[in-house]
Amino acid sequence: MPNYSIKVNGKSHSVEVSADTPLLWVLRDHLDLAGTKYGCGIALCGTCTVHVNGSPVRSCVMPIGQVGDGEIKTIEGLSEDGSHPLQKAWKTVDVPQCGYCQAGQIMSAAALLESNPNPSEAEIKEAMNGNICRCASYQRIHEAVALAARESQS
Amino acid sequence: MSHNKNEQRFSRRGFMKATSLAGGGLLIGFTFFESCKPGAEPALDLAELNYNDFNAFIKIADNGAVTIFSPNPEIGQGVKTSMPMIIAEELDVDWKDVHVVQAPLDSKNYTRQVAGGSQSIRHGWEPLRQTGATARQMLVNAAAARWGVDASECSSSRGVITNAKGETLTYGDVVNEAAGMEIPEDVKLKPVSEFHIIGQEIGNVDIDEIVTGKPLFGLDYKKEGMYYACVARPPAFGQTLDSFDDSEARAISGVKEVVRFGDKVAVLATDTWTAMKGKKALKLSWKSDTSLESTAEHHKILTGLLDGNSFETLRKDGDVKKAFSKADFVLERTYESPFLPHNCMEPMNFFAEVTPEKIHLVGPIQTPEGTANRIAEVLERDVADIHLEMTRQGGGFGRRLYGDFAIEAAEISNLTQKPVQVVFSREDDMADGIYRPAIKYRIAASVKDGAITGYHLKEASINSNMYGLIPNFFPAGALENYQVDVAKFDSKITTGAWRAPYTNFLAFAEQTFFDELAELMETDRIQLRLDLLDNVKGTTDDRIQYSPERMQKVIRTAVEKSGWGSAPDGVYQGFSAYYCHNSHVAEVAEVVMEGGQPVVKRVVCVVDCGIVVNPLGARNQVEGGVIDGIGHAMYGDFAFEDGAPENLNFDGYRLIRIKEIPRVETHFIKNTESPTGLGEPALPPAGAAVANAIKAATGKRLYNQPFIKELKDLQIPKKEIIG
Repeated sequence: MPNYSIKVNGKSHSVEVSADTPLLWVLRDHLDLAGTKYGCGIALCGTCTVHVNGSPVRSCVMPIGQVGDGEIKTIEGLSEDGSHPLQKAWKTVDVPQCGYCQAGQIMSAAALLESNPNPSEAEIKEAMNGNICRCASYQRIHEAVALAARESQS
Repeated sequence: MSHNKNEQRFSRRGFMKATSLAGGGLLIGFTFFESCKPGAEPALDLAELNYNDFNAFIKIADNGAVTIFSPNPEIGQGVKTSMPMIIAEELDVDWKDVHVVQAPLDSKNYTRQVAGGSQSIRHGWEPLRQTGATARQMLVNAAAARWGVDASECSSSRGVITNAKGETLTYGDVVNEAAGMEIPEDVKLKPVSEFHIIGQEIGNVDIDEIVTGKPLFGLDYKKEGMYYACVARPPAFGQTLDSFDDSEARAISGVKEVVRFGDKVAVLATDTWTAMKGKKALKLSWKSDTSLESTAEHHKILTGLLDGNSFETLRKDGDVKKAFSKADFVLERTYESPFLPHNCMEPMNFFAEVTPEKIHLVGPIQTPEGTANRIAEVLERDVADIHLEMTRQGGGFGRRLYGDFAIEAAEISNLTQKPVQVVFSREDDMADGIYRPAIKYRIAASVKDGAITGYHLKEASINSNMYGLIPNFFPAGALENYQVDVAKFDSKITTGAWRAPYTNFLAFAEQTFFDELAELMETDRIQLRLDLLDNVKGTTDDRIQYSPERMQKVIRTAVEKSGWGSAPDGVYQGFSAYYCHNSHVAEVAEVVMEGGQPVVKRVVCVVDCGIVVNPLGARNQVEGGVIDGIGHAMYGDFAFEDGAPENLNFDGYRLIRIKEIPRVETHFIKNTESPTGLGEPALPPAGAAVANAIKAATGKRLYNQPFIKELKDLQIPKKEIIG
């Protein structure tokens, strides 16, 4: 099997997997980064969202062979100690119910705030519409993204 | 309605024991699930009792730090936060000094664990308070003994005990002495007015781990040498495995084993992706000896049942037939709902390691005890060989009550003698569900001289019928002539509990029916419900489940909080009220027309669930329940053709998304009643509130779910299109 060198959360890793292996399973099964979740495998639920070079990517459909030297960021690398404004806002608003989809939600929101630090309500909904929360904690997800944006502005 | 009250009686000595910790401190063990059963006497020999018999603990260290070990599975309903809050309240400590730990379930110490259901808080309320209060009393008794005063002269506040002279001792100061004290009987519980933790907004105890991506869930579990297993199962209900060829699967690098068990074939590999690929590479041949079922066929069968005479009568008051024959008019309507998959975001999965010595199981399961028993039976092993650990669960909604996935993991590990984690793909999760059954309701009511004189509810369902309490929900007791009949069709498609079983659709049928009936009667739709509830007041029928007074209160409060009847132009309101899981809920939905389609913008939800233990978590349950209810009523569609579901992933199966949600405003009725259910009750009324608002907005009355199917060909009168 081919060997791939990838950069995740600032660290280089070498993995031996088949070229079609999605980044999701490399992270979860080979690098022990279980924060990124599996939900649908066809890029429709957003649970597996990570950043590649700062852009949100559904890792369940990105084969390792296409990652190249892209800089990957996962929920584990969003902050050293859970102090990212979104992580703090998630805590203040007490967003999660079961919690399974929340890493993907936060990574989608983080990509939004990086490109648009002061999003409108409609822009938040647009950016977060690809992420399903089966517990339907959507109202709080929206509130937490808006709160993090406000906190980052001030 | 004595059965509605919390009347748990238990012997404190039976479920509690205290002792010193080796390193200093006090450990109080209690058998939570034994104590939760109303009237249950623990089946324990007290003389033989030791700490291995308990399944939950309070640990108080000699520095005063409090640890509460919780044995309950956490599926998103928040009990890992709210149940320890109740103990901490009566223990009288500061919440910030409390550390909550999921009990380590793999140890032999925890053999009697049972998952709590939606009734955790209702049934746990009294025993959890007693547990905290007993520990507090022992600490106070220890301080009193040291001072040489009577315990009645001492008081406690937030971990500090004070005597009549004003001297103080902390809990940490006296824990070692307290451990030797006798367990007091008849401890005093706090009056509600003195609560300082219950009723406060307390954040989820796992929040830090969740937002930083720590491994918490079943799929996150790993063990050295573990293989991932993907399983090929019959694609259609009613099929069996004829033959298979695994040569291509075995040729894939990383595939370690292929094993057949029953009508299934498992592919074991070194990572999940390879297992998934290996499964796809199997050449499988299926056969069926019988005809395969379809939704079109179910539709005919269920209609036939409603038209036929094969009903079982669950409740019969008076004579509906007679009332109908004398009526000015009878309204009869039929309502139809599809099967629904649960679609927990974390697909089904389980870890098993079966060896000749023991069976180690880890994963998300709502019924660990029952599942362990079934695995022991299937593998012909002693249940004492089984050690089962529960992880945090990525949603439950009823699906994880069924341990099919855990049994599969155990069977595969037993055959291969390897540690394996069975992983369902999303497609597996939808194809091998234990679905909400498709159901049809037919409701008929007679009206004479402006009053409802009879009500007849018929249910035709797949595999099973409504549980026995439901015929005693509203409007039972409000009408002289009332009847509930049920019939079912035995299907090969597996069905089971889905958040608020039966009521998740029955509430829609009933509450839209009353809306339509009020229109035909030319009467106020709110007043119609209030009048019916008046009829129930003072009832001596102890089968009646709901309280007419509490129902009227949530209705009146919803009217007030929503501004019912005074919505601005272009905003259309719909009303609904429902009782289930011991809680009373009323909802007002507001709809506007956008691009010729109704859009839900706001829902006001008023809940009476007694004392709200944790308002922050409670509101989350209500917001989620309302949106979940709307989402499935609007979009949930799951049809079968040739015994198999037509859609197996989110490309064809639609779940509600953030753009489609209304703003949900939650109000709790403030009272001092014992807490009742909350994970489910906000869901059932949501669909009806929205359907009634859509009727107001469009003139179209909805009888079937999902709504989008009926709204597809919506012809809107021109005047109602806005913008």
